[in-house]
Amino acid sequence: MHSTTAVLMADHAALDLARWQFGLTTVYHFLFVPLTIGMVLLVALMQTAWVRTGEDKFLKMTKLFGKIFLINFAMGVVTGIVQEFQFGMNWSDYSRFVGDIFGAPLAMEGLLAFFFEATFIGLWIFGWNRLPKKVHLATIWMTVLGVWLSAYFILAANSFMQNPVGFTMNDAKHRAELTDIGAVLTNIVALNQFPHTVTASIMFAGAVMTAVAAYHLKRNQHVASMMPSLRFGLWTTLIGGAGTVLSGDGLGLAMVKTQPMKMAAAEALYNTTKNASFSIFTWGTPDGKSELFSIRIPNLLSFLSTHTWDGQVEGLRDLNAQYIAQYGAATGVTDFMPTLWITYWAFRWMIGLGVVVAIVAVVGLWLTRKGNINLPKWTWNVAIWSAPLPVLAISIGWMFTEMGRQPWLVFRLMPTAAGVSPGVGVFEVLTSLIAFTAIYAILAVVEFKLLLAAVKAGPVDEEAHDAKSELLPVAY
Amino acid sequence: MQLNELWFLIVGFLFIGYFVLDGFDFGVGMSLPFLGKDDIDRRVLINTIGPVWDLNETWVIVAGASLFAAFPEWYATLFSGFYLPLLIILLALIARGVAFEYRGKGHTIGANEKRWKSAFDWMIVIGSAVPALLWGVAFANIVQGVPLEKVGASTVFTGNLFTLLNPYGLLGGLVTLTLFWTHGLVFITLKTDGEIKERARKLATKVGLVTTVLAATFLVWTLFTHLSAPLFVLELGLTAVAALSLIAALWMNFKAREGAAFTLLVVTIITAVGALFAGLFPYVLPSTADTAASLTVDNARSSDYTLGVMTWVAAIMLPLVLAYQTWTYWVFRKRVSRKSIPANAH
Repeated sequence: MHSTTAVLMADHAALDLARWQFGLTTVYHFLFVPLTIGMVLLVALMQTAWVRTGEDKFLKMTKLFGKIFLINFAMGVVTGIVQEFQFGMNWSDYSRFVGDIFGAPLAMEGLLAFFFEATFIGLWIFGWNRLPKKVHLATIWMTVLGVWLSAYFILAANSFMQNPVGFTMNDAKHRAELTDIGAVLTNIVALNQFPHTVTASIMFAGAVMTAVAAYHLKRNQHVASMMPSLRFGLWTTLIGGAGTVLSGDGLGLAMVKTQPMKMAAAEALYNTTKNASFSIFTWGTPDGKSELFSIRIPNLLSFLSTHTWDGQVEGLRDLNAQYIAQYGAATGVTDFMPTLWITYWAFRWMIGLGVVVAIVAVVGLWLTRKGNINLPKWTWNVAIWSAPLPVLAISIGWMFTEMGRQPWLVFRLMPTAAGVSPGVGVFEVLTSLIAFTAIYAILAVVEFKLLLAAVKAGPVDEEAHDAKSELLPVAY
Repeated sequence: MQLNELWFLIVGFLFIGYFVLDGFDFGVGMSLPFLGKDDIDRRVLINTIGPVWDLNETWVIVAGASLFAAFPEWYATLFSGFYLPLLIILLALIARGVAFEYRGKGHTIGANEKRWKSAFDWMIVIGSAVPALLWGVAFANIVQGVPLEKVGASTVFTGNLFTLLNPYGLLGGLVTLTLFWTHGLVFITLKTDGEIKERARKLATKVGLVTTVLAATFLVWTLFTHLSAPLFVLELGLTAVAALSLIAALWMNFKAREGAAFTLLVVTIITAVGALFAGLFPYVLPSTADTAASLTVDNARSSDYTLGVMTWVAAIMLPLVLAYQTWTYWVFRKRVSRKSIPANAH
């Protein structure tokens, strides 16, 4: 009896540690990914402008933001391998259960996107002055294609966990099997998650570009290349922000259709309600019983969920009762609600931070509309300190998406506790958790310092490269 | 040929591609303290693989993902079972990748140049040698088999790290360590000019001889454990080609025929790893404990539908991948020498 309890506790600890590790490594990896997705497009656009006009400022912008892009890209690459391996290491029963389906978009990502991205980024970095101008320009656009394709496939894989489609259960093999790859790749969640991820990433890249430009304009230096960078960055932030709102709306509707519990958890809406309001802020616990004060927008939750002002939104209690009746016996799960304080506040912080940055962009565009840079210092500081807000919003948004899926690993099919590796103990997971935390913390400091140094150094005058020179145009 | 057999071949192809390509990256990384007398030398070495190490490393990600898609049970059991060695490989690859990218940037943050570079150089050396050793340990153990048992519907590895560090596994690790090192040294002779090329050639001869002894022992040992394997004749043939091409490669290296030496080493790695896969078939992870728990191409496979879809993707993409990667190697074909290293890293 005692030993069984001990084993169960150890299993539980291993499960918790495996979840912490997945959360830590994924959030960390995804600090670098959005800037990659967004900045690669901006760099490609700037280089295109340079190739078409031959103007020096565009070359300077391409090089400076290209450098920032690359320092960041390296971290995305090395932390990405961990992602690919840890499904098998920590979540082997999950891998067994969904490998027939989930493995396909992952392998497609590798064959179509990763190879592409890794090859063409190498050609772009080291191809300056070695490849013909237009061929070199093509390599950065190929990189854009690789990066974006990669995003699509991994989001399609993730969408299967949110909304499993295109499969059948093979009970003899205890696993789900693929029956329709088209359905997996056109999952309604993926179709909405992809534009949401990409536009939010573009918004982040725009905010970073704005901050870099603001740093130099505040000091009245490099104005020739930093003023266009500022305007470009602000417009990008605004356009990315608008895209994030529109795609977020689509994603919300898809979520209500596929995971109603998650939308109910976003508002902590206990009872099924028509004309449901949306609270911007609640003081007290958000369980509806001890609410002391809240600011509410009437009917907004109904509108977000159904696009009608009086639409009915299903509540947590009804859904929970329904799920317990439907899945309780088979899964042994007694409560199907996610952790509400996380989903409630994460949803608000995600939206709120995005709105703040969009406002900064609009005001910035207005203030600098006539090319004026004699602005009070604090306005520049606001532009600089807004840079991390979009990535914070993105991170929090993912926490909402993934924590809102709990207690499911694959919605309706597999509870999280059932996916962990049976043969892997606390020792292994704890060792790897500590190792990753330590190395990731050190790298974060180094990368951040290097990034800041590159930003502060600003655009540099290009030395003309002598085609006959034996020197490598670009080298480690 | 059944689809699962085809995918056994494709997975084998991807791992072989990884060992051929990242193999010489590891060899170059391990050579830093032996051939790099000063910073310029070391930069010459690093820049021989500068534009390509990332795409070479990508082969293992694609190999892993293909394993996941085509043989989920193999992927799940192997990756959870070989947990600690894989963790160490991951940490090493992280260290190596970051080091390439950041070693030349210390001056931008006012770090002590010498200490900064030396720290990252060691990350490159260790980040290259450790995976070169552990991939061999892992593959030798796959071929030899590990203790597995059925727990419910899952196949679970019941050993620990030390189960994997058996004599055969360790010998396999030493073979890949020395083979990749030789491969890297010959790659350096192919990609550099001047004194460093000569140093690499001489060292390649020495390391190559050690490799030959270790590899011969390992391959013969492997053959004797597979006398009744269904593809034994193929395994025997591939082993013979591997042995002959390794010896021929060393001879060509000695004769200063870099291109031929490198090509022969590529053949060596293809046939040697090919021999391991041939000996393994139809198993993908044999069990040394409960033989009923052994994983094979039949019980670890994905459904016909999934394998069919993935076959289309691989059939279209792999030729394309090979084409554009070959083009990259063509673009960066020039030799690197001390004269070609610019003052500042990018």
